[in-house]
This record gives sequence, C-alpha cells and structure tokens, in this order.
Amino acid sequence: MLKLKHISVTFNEGTPDEKKALKDIHLELEKGDFVTVIGSNGAGKSTLMNVISGALYPDVGDVLINGKQVVDLPEYKRSKYIGRVFQDPMAGTAPSMTIEENLAMAYSRNKKRRLTPGVTKQRREWFREQLKTLNLGLEDRLNAKVGLLSGGERQALSLLMSTFTTPDILLLDEHTAALDPSRAELITNLTKKVVEESELTTLMVTHNMQQALDLGNRLIMMDKGQIIFEAHGEDKQKLTIQDLMNEFQRIRGTQFGDDRAVLM
Amino acid sequence: MFISLFGAVESGFIYAIMALGVYLTFRVLDFPDLTVEGSFVTGASVAAFSIVQGIPPIVATVLALFAGFIAGCITGLLHTKGKINSLLSGILMMTALYSINLRIMDQPTLSLLNETTIFDQLKAAWANTGIDAALNGLLGAVGLEKFPATWSILIVMVIVAFIIKFLTDYYLKTEVGLAIRAIGDNKKMIRSLSANTDNLIIVGVGISNSFVALAGALIAQLGGFSDVNMGLGLIVIGLASIIIGEALFGTKTVVRATLAVILGAVIYRIIVTLALRVDFLETGDMKLITAVIVVIALVTPKIVQGRREKMRRAQKRQQLKAGGEGRA
Repeated sequence: MLKLKHISVTFNEGTPDEKKALKDIHLELEKGDFVTVIGSNGAGKSTLMNVISGALYPDVGDVLINGKQVVDLPEYKRSKYIGRVFQDPMAGTAPSMTIEENLAMAYSRNKKRRLTPGVTKQRREWFREQLKTLNLGLEDRLNAKVGLLSGGERQALSLLMSTFTTPDILLLDEHTAALDPSRAELITNLTKKVVEESELTTLMVTHNMQQALDLGNRLIMMDKGQIIFEAHGEDKQKLTIQDLMNEFQRIRGTQFGDDRAVLM
Repeated sequence: MFISLFGAVESGFIYAIMALGVYLTFRVLDFPDLTVEGSFVTGASVAAFSIVQGIPPIVATVLALFAGFIAGCITGLLHTKGKINSLLSGILMMTALYSINLRIMDQPTLSLLNETTIFDQLKAAWANTGIDAALNGLLGAVGLEKFPATWSILIVMVIVAFIIKFLTDYYLKTEVGLAIRAIGDNKKMIRSLSANTDNLIIVGVGISNSFVALAGALIAQLGGFSDVNMGLGLIVIGLASIIIGEALFGTKTVVRATLAVILGAVIYRIIVTLALRVDFLETGDMKLITAVIVVIALVTPKIVQGRREKMRRAQKRQQLKAGGEGRA
C-alpha cells in the first residue's frame, strides 16, 4: 500500500547546523497495517510524516502509494490518497465555517471540486449519520461554526473528516497529544474503531508508549533519523514499556533520552 | 437635499459591486489586495476607450470586467507562483496598471460626454415604461417638489448589485467556493484536503478584480469620463463599506455578510454626501471623512460591547449581593 525506499532528508546542508533528519529509511505497509511510531524529540517522526504527505520533498528516495510513484507530486495532489490528522486540534478544521461545510470540504478530498453546492440535502443526511458515530451530539449542530467547538470535539471532527472518505493512507501526527486524558482516550477509541472498521492503512506517531503498544499491529521505534527497532503481530502484543526501554538501551547504549518522563 | 441623496444611493449601489470584490479578497481570501486601485481605473478605461471606438456599451462593460479579471489573476500569480508578499504583489500590480491605464486611454482623462453610454441606452429604453411618472407621482404626494431625472439607473443598479450578490453567495457555497473560503480560514487544512490553493487564490483575486473593474466601467459611464486617478483611495472606500456594513448588519453567514457589504457601501455614500453638505467641509476633506468613518465604525462596536459586558457583570454582582443579604 505504502512503500518508502531509501528516503533521506538533510536540513541546512553544508552549514554548521546541518542535520540529517532521515537516513536511508525503508518502510513498507501492507493494506490494513496499523503502524505506531515512537521515538524521542528530533528522531525524525514528523519529518517522516511530512515526506509521506508531500509537505516535504526528500533529498533522495521513493514514495509509492498503491505501487504508484508519488514522490514528485505536490501535497495537494497527494492528499487525494492521504487523510491526515494534526497534533493541533485547530489545524484540521476551518474555524469560521460550519460543521457541515467542513465536512463538505473533506468530502471533496478525493474528488474533483465542481461548481455545484458543497452541502446538499442528501449529503447533509449522510454527514449527520457519520457524526452520530462520534457520540458527541454534533449531528444536531450541523450549522454551528467549528470555532465554537472544544479542542476534543474539533479533533474528533478532524478524525472523521480525514477518515470518512476511506483514504488509502491515514496519517495521525500525535493527534491526541494536545488533549486532556479523558478526551485523548475518546479520540484513541474513535481512532481504533474507525481504523478497524474501514481497514485503513495507518501510520500513527505518538509520544505515549502505552498508546503505541495498545494500538495497531506493528510498532517502529525511531532515533536520529533511523528506524532502530520494529515489532510485528504477536511480538508486538507481548511488548511492554520496559521492553521498549531495554531495547532502546541495548541498541543505542544509552538511556532512552532525558525525556523518559514524556514518553511514559 | 433629496436629489443629492438620491444620487448617493444610485452610485452607492455601483460602489457596492466594488465593495463585494474587496470583500472577496480582504475577508474571504484574507488577501489584502491593493490591485483594486488600479483595476477600477482599468475597468473605466477599457470601457471608455471601447465606447469611443464605437463598441456597444454593454460589450464595452463586459470587456472591462474581463480586463479586471486578468489584472487580478496576474496579482494572484505574482503572489502564489512568484512567492511575493500579498500586499506587495497588489502594490506592484497597482503601480504597473497606472501606466497601462494611461496607455489604454492614451491620455489622462477620456471624456464620454459625446458618447452613448449604457445608461443613456437604459434611460431611452426606460422612458416609455411610465415607471418614472408613477414613482415621481408618489414622491409628489409626499410633498417633494424636485424629482430625480430617472429612476432607471437606481433600479437597474440595485438589481445588478443583488444579482452579483446572489452569484457570489452561490459560488461561495459550491465545492470550489468552500475551498476558497477555507484558504482565508485555514490554508494548511484545505491543502491537506487536496485543494490546489495556488489556483484558487489566482481565480479568487481575479474574480474580485473583475467586480471592481465592472464597477469602474459603470462609474465612468455614469460620470461621463474615465480618469487615471479615479481609483485613488478606493481601497479605503471598499474597506469602509465592509466595516460599516459588518458593524451594522453582522457577518453570521455569507448571505448576511454580502448583504451587509452592499448596504455598507450605500450607507458610506450617504454619510459622505451628508458630510459634504456641512458648510465647513470641502470636497478635499473627503479622504479625512472616510478615514474618520472607518475609525468610528471600527471602534464603536468595541466600546459598545465593552459597556454591555461591564453592565452585565455589574448586574450579576448586584444580584449576588441582593441574594446574599436576603439569605442573611
């Protein structure tokens, strides 16, 4: 479904600030794979996401979606295949537009936008059905401006907007990190449900190790621009946080960063 | 007095078309576009030149609209593909248009006094309808002695302004229109939803300037001339219209906001006309009056709101106090 080959990214090349953000990354996701990505700050997780979404072009390497080379496609073209939820709850929705208008924009993601009304009676009903699955009562507030919603509600809406058109690939960029624990759990559960139901091929960056262990069928750990550890299926099921810590220490020969507290 | 107010409302509805264009860039796209000051004159010049060349006024007016669209698209291109700051790309285009407008007219001012304009044709067609007589009779019944020369311009311009408003409303609710609105609201998000923001900005700024040029073409035909300096300070007039309209009528939905812009433009014209009737003020004070109006329209709602909020809190406190004493 998604294939990354020899991806390298260097920032500020040739200056004292040079930073190799990604070093020769290989990654292959089968259809329906749900991969959680962990790693300390600066490990290259966000860069990886940006390379896949097209917000950033790699120095070298290939990005293939459904066997199709997309590495030269600009972000807006690539997003026909990709649904994305950002860390910032404000980033995924347009605040001064209504809930149904936001949904209508997301509905057009994998279609050509035309000069026909974005919200039709038929679509409005469908949006309502979709909003019901969130259990937040948003289906009764279709004409409310999104700016009036709470962060959790907005993030739930963003998640719905990026998934209800069943994208080929779903990118979740620490999408629960800015929420309080109960809202974060709500979004985590919604994520789990929608990914399972629609069998979405998903890549999720998280700082929460427990979340990385609970969700998905694969886990990768990144450090200094490389994938240093990977666990699949049953191996992943058996993993504990302590295992991950030990693994990191074994490979890198150091403690898992000073931000251990953050990672817990 | 009535006649000058009548004239103010008449031209107000033409300026409303321009204000709708400014609304599209300033409010919808969040793109402060100064091209407007040039493209208004471009519209006027293209229309005036075409009419002098013997092209039918209606065709000349449509040509002006397209000229404005092209000018706007170039500004959009400078900003998106050339990566020039939005304000600067507008200023550059405005500056370039000054020379282009001079070239179009081949002189600083082009008179239309001896030509047949779209309004002359309109008046001629209107004369036989008898609507004027009926409306003037109505005015006579209220006790007015002076009657406007024709109602045709006012009525047709109201219709044209509202047709453009409804088209804009419809457009902003289409799939493409929603994406355009999202650009001014959350560009990163709409890009992640596969919208080509560059092209949408180019088209958006183009449409905005086509409205402005259309208004320019109509004002030139109403006034009987096109002048290379007639766009001076236009952006502030457009902004004033938007801000007055928003302050008085609100912006809850697109339909409401565009209506507010039209009414704001008309009210602005009325205020200026009234202000100029004050003996102390001269025509040259127009810009100062405009600036003062904008400042008032910007500041008053905030003061009123602050007052209201203060009163509300004072009331709450008093209620609480009264309740506390009651219990004690």
